[in-house]
Amino acid sequence: MLRYFAQRFIFMIITLLFVSVVIFIVIELPPGDYAERYAYRKLASAGQDVTEQDMINVRHEFGLDKPAPVRYFNWITDIILHGDFGESFLFNVPVRNMIGDRIWLTMALASTAILLTYALAIPIGIFSALYRHSFGDYLATFIGYIGLSLPNFMLALVLLYFSVTVLGSSAGGLFSEEFAEAAWSWPRVVDLLEHLWVPAVVLGTANTAFHLQTMRATMLDELNQLYVDAARARGIPEWKVIFKYPVRIALNPIVSYLGFDLGKLVAGAPVVALVLSLPDAGQLLLQALLQQDMFLGGAILLMISTMIVIGVFISDLMLAALDPRIRLGET
Amino acid sequence: MDIGTEQIDWDTLLEVQDLKVSFKTDEGIILAVNGISFSVQRGQTLGIVGESGSGKSVSTKAIMQLLPRTAVVDKNSSITWHRENGETVEITQLKKGGREMRRIRGGEIGMIFQEPMSSFSPVHTIGNQIIEAVLAHRQVSKQEAREIAIDMLDKVGISNPSVRVDQYSFELSGGMRQRAMIAVTLSMNPSLLIADEPTTSLDVTIQAQILELMNQLREEFNMAVIFITHNLGVIAQVADEVAVMYLGQILERGTAKEIINQPQHPYTQSLLKAIPRLDHLGKRLTAIGGDIPSPLERPGGCPFHTRCEQAISGVCDTQIPTLTPISNTHTVHCFLYE
Amino acid sequence: MTATTIPKGKRTAATLPPDEEKLKYFTARQWQLVWWRFRRNRLGLLGAGILIIYIFVLIFAEFLAPYGGTTLDSEYVLGPPQVARFWDENGFSLRPFVYSVTTERDPVTLAMIPTIDNSKRRYLQFFVRTKEYKYWNGNLIASDLHFFGVDEGTIHLFGTDSLGRDILSRTMYATRTSLTLGVVGVLIAFVIGLVMGGMAGYLGGQVDFFIQRLIELIRSVPDIPLFMGLAAALPKEWPPEKVYLMITLILGFLGWTTLARRIRGKLLSLRKEDYVIAAQLAGGSNARIIARHMLPAFTSYIIVDIVVYFPYMILAETALSFVGLGLRPPVISWGVLLQGAQNIQAIELAPWLFIPVIFVVFAVLGFTFLGDGLRDAADPYN
Ligand SMILES: Nc1ncnc2c1ncn2[C@@H]1O[C@H](COP(=O)(O)OP(=O)(O)OP(=O)(O)O)[C@@H](O)[C@H]1O
Ligand SMILES: [Mg+2]
Repeated sequence: MLRYFAQRFIFMIITLLFVSVVIFIVIELPPGDYAERYAYRKLASAGQDVTEQDMINVRHEFGLDKPAPVRYFNWITDIILHGDFGESFLFNVPVRNMIGDRIWLTMALASTAILLTYALAIPIGIFSALYRHSFGDYLATFIGYIGLSLPNFMLALVLLYFSVTVLGSSAGGLFSEEFAEAAWSWPRVVDLLEHLWVPAVVLGTANTAFHLQTMRATMLDELNQLYVDAARARGIPEWKVIFKYPVRIALNPIVSYLGFDLGKLVAGAPVVALVLSLPDAGQLLLQALLQQDMFLGGAILLMISTMIVIGVFISDLMLAALDPRIRLGET
Repeated sequence: MDIGTEQIDWDTLLEVQDLKVSFKTDEGIILAVNGISFSVQRGQTLGIVGESGSGKSVSTKAIMQLLPRTAVVDKNSSITWHRENGETVEITQLKKGGREMRRIRGGEIGMIFQEPMSSFSPVHTIGNQIIEAVLAHRQVSKQEAREIAIDMLDKVGISNPSVRVDQYSFELSGGMRQRAMIAVTLSMNPSLLIADEPTTSLDVTIQAQILELMNQLREEFNMAVIFITHNLGVIAQVADEVAVMYLGQILERGTAKEIINQPQHPYTQSLLKAIPRLDHLGKRLTAIGGDIPSPLERPGGCPFHTRCEQAISGVCDTQIPTLTPISNTHTVHCFLYE
Repeated sequence: MTATTIPKGKRTAATLPPDEEKLKYFTARQWQLVWWRFRRNRLGLLGAGILIIYIFVLIFAEFLAPYGGTTLDSEYVLGPPQVARFWDENGFSLRPFVYSVTTERDPVTLAMIPTIDNSKRRYLQFFVRTKEYKYWNGNLIASDLHFFGVDEGTIHLFGTDSLGRDILSRTMYATRTSLTLGVVGVLIAFVIGLVMGGMAGYLGGQVDFFIQRLIELIRSVPDIPLFMGLAAALPKEWPPEKVYLMITLILGFLGWTTLARRIRGKLLSLRKEDYVIAAQLAGGSNARIIARHMLPAFTSYIIVDIVVYFPYMILAETALSFVGLGLRPPVISWGVLLQGAQNIQAIELAPWLFIPVIFVVFAVLGFTFLGDGLRDAADPYN
């Protein structure tokens, strides 16, 4: 167990390093460097001409004249040691201040979507497998197919339209007007929860459909296993047989997917944020990327990725707790 | 069922009459078991032999009501279970997962399967599954159940049982797993044990050990056993009585001695010719010619006539042979003896 | 021989075709078996049918579309779909017709108001010769034959967008763009996946370990944000064709891991199969064993994986282009078409702008059905 833990932990650290390098490359990818854009923005907007010397100064100031590995090292140590992600030139403020609690809103959104996914996919998947070829099973399969094939921005628009025409209120945003700029308080949390479900449904639908299919398929596999009949042959009540054995085992793949789920949901966030105008990190990421504000975009990417990598680590541990075959190194 | 009752002495445990099981599949209806009858006496071992697909597993699963939903048991079939206290239960009339059926499953009829590998849940310990079984059938505390579990593991010859009880099935070897499976079953104290090819997937030395263990435990617990195998050689070691099955029918029945020494049905004879024997070392072994017909295209007449060397054309392929007694205990379905 | 070795009747029984085919059945090759099983899967056939229609549209877009992708109709801006009918109060017509319509801007609300002229019928003409086009973006023969048109004026069965472009025509061109992007992307992913997975699975040992870890690494990096980051890094001044190429490359390069894993797993299990071991014992060379014995058993699985991968490509392209990080106008793709419909006003004012979504959904469904059907046929016990 300890060995497994250490293994996964080291792997997590390596992954984080890898991710940070990739993101650093992405940040540096656009043609022209930060200095040029900075200089043009700062000086040209003030009506001054940009001279060669200005460029050199700016380069030196930001350490851009150093080789790439050094630049990476400076970038990442600033982040780890000082929480300094650089400056957004889109807004001329430190990236750190820009992101604020948007990243937590995104995580709250993703977590809600995951809970929703589990709450729907697991019971429906079990039902579908137990009552295979029933009307309910076909219905679930059908809805699952639709859920998988409908782009989620479309779903967002449909829900939005529905909420405006039928419910008479806009489902966009994460807060009501009076709470939008307010400080955190209990009523604000409640208000957030009231708004959260629409984006959570939008984000979670495809994933729910996916897990529903997985759950159904693994359940069907497991129900045919000999140990299920063996348990029945011991006179165990049917519901207990089902829940103690196949259901328990069919949960393993779902748990092992937690990290990737998080990834998929966060990945969909920018698109949904755009349609539903959510004030979360996804929306900021999109804005930053569209404007090639790479420090801001890179910072958000890095935060999101870090959370996902940690999520993968946690799901690895949970899986080990659930499945002795993994815990004891039997794969 | 009033026909059979006169012959049954008080010692009969299980009485199967005219059992018919079919499966509804996309390709059509598969008649897996076609009207078989047999009975098991207290403390005796009934061996059921037959090639793959002859319906051995399906008939025993019918007894335990473990058949999948696609299976249909004919209305006229009867499976009667005689309790120690004289009560009789008609199993076919019981609700599948009902309380009465659950009492029989495990507590009165135990079952072990062909593959010890997959008869245990991979994510629960051996002990967990034994304790679960004990608690389901005996009025004991969890702690006592655990002691029973350890005790049982010891009895089936697993060393260091107090450690093994907390291990998972994948930590045990194949032979050990089958021993553990026997421990699970015996911990519920059944009066009939159904062993569906319990040794097929084990290697030969382990097979012998398990057979030995089963023989010994059967005496100790005074259980009746239904022992399923497709190896007549194994049957000779364990069974008192033998039923030979082919394509869902019993072709020949008799004591183990009679079946081994005076096989009557050509099918039994050819099964015997296919076993290597010490006293016939010089001779060639002969496999049974021809293929087992697809279960979808059951031959008319005697089911074996398509592969039978002594088939009488015009008779065997059109009419169904009736039951012919050879001796008090020995019967055969074959036109050669009618 | 003991009775033990008589083959199980159980397995084949479940899939046995009728009598006359029986002999063929036992001597059939893998792909024939797959085809026989597939033929009986209704959803799979439906998927195949849908995709055939798409391929037809993809190939013959110029011919099927009544107008060019950028043709403007200033008479009919943001106009609703015109309905083709066979009869009205003025009587029945064998030849379908639409009414003559124009739109005008409401001076107050600025919305475009269509006016339908019920008295003027425009009859549909088939195989009309109108505007000339160069087939396949001017790379092949030129022609002016269109599948249909109207005798006078214009016809917009799916309506028009805010510039007066015909949505039906644009959807057809978009189908070509989005599907070819998918094909190329999947092909890239497949080639890389085959090489990496093939090396890992066949060579094993150190190589396997290294590739495995690499795959795990790449899979832990969240993909769409990474797509977005990479796509955002593309220079703004690049021509659309170059962007198109890069987006395809990005999607392809990041997608190979799933395929590589599947190929590796399959190869590993195949390596243990009796007939492969037999071939090895008989002294076959590595290349020969892979080509003669492993690949045939393998192709059907690979095809399934490829088919299943398409929806992912399509949806990724649609999402990226939708938010403005993927393909850009004047390239016409499903995602680009939907850019015009990002907000709720679009649903209220011009819901027909969403018609392309139906094409996306059906494409994804088609691939999913086909993939599921093929998988069941290739691997009935899994
Ligand atoms: N679930 C099922 N659906 C359809 N047919 C089945 C099913 N289970 C068994 N059968 C059919 O019933 C027949 C008897 O099967 P059974 O498992 O009883 O054979 P067996 O004698 O136990 O063989 P083996 O030695 O292989 O275990 C076979 O022809 C098989 O095809
Ligand atoms: Mg069997």
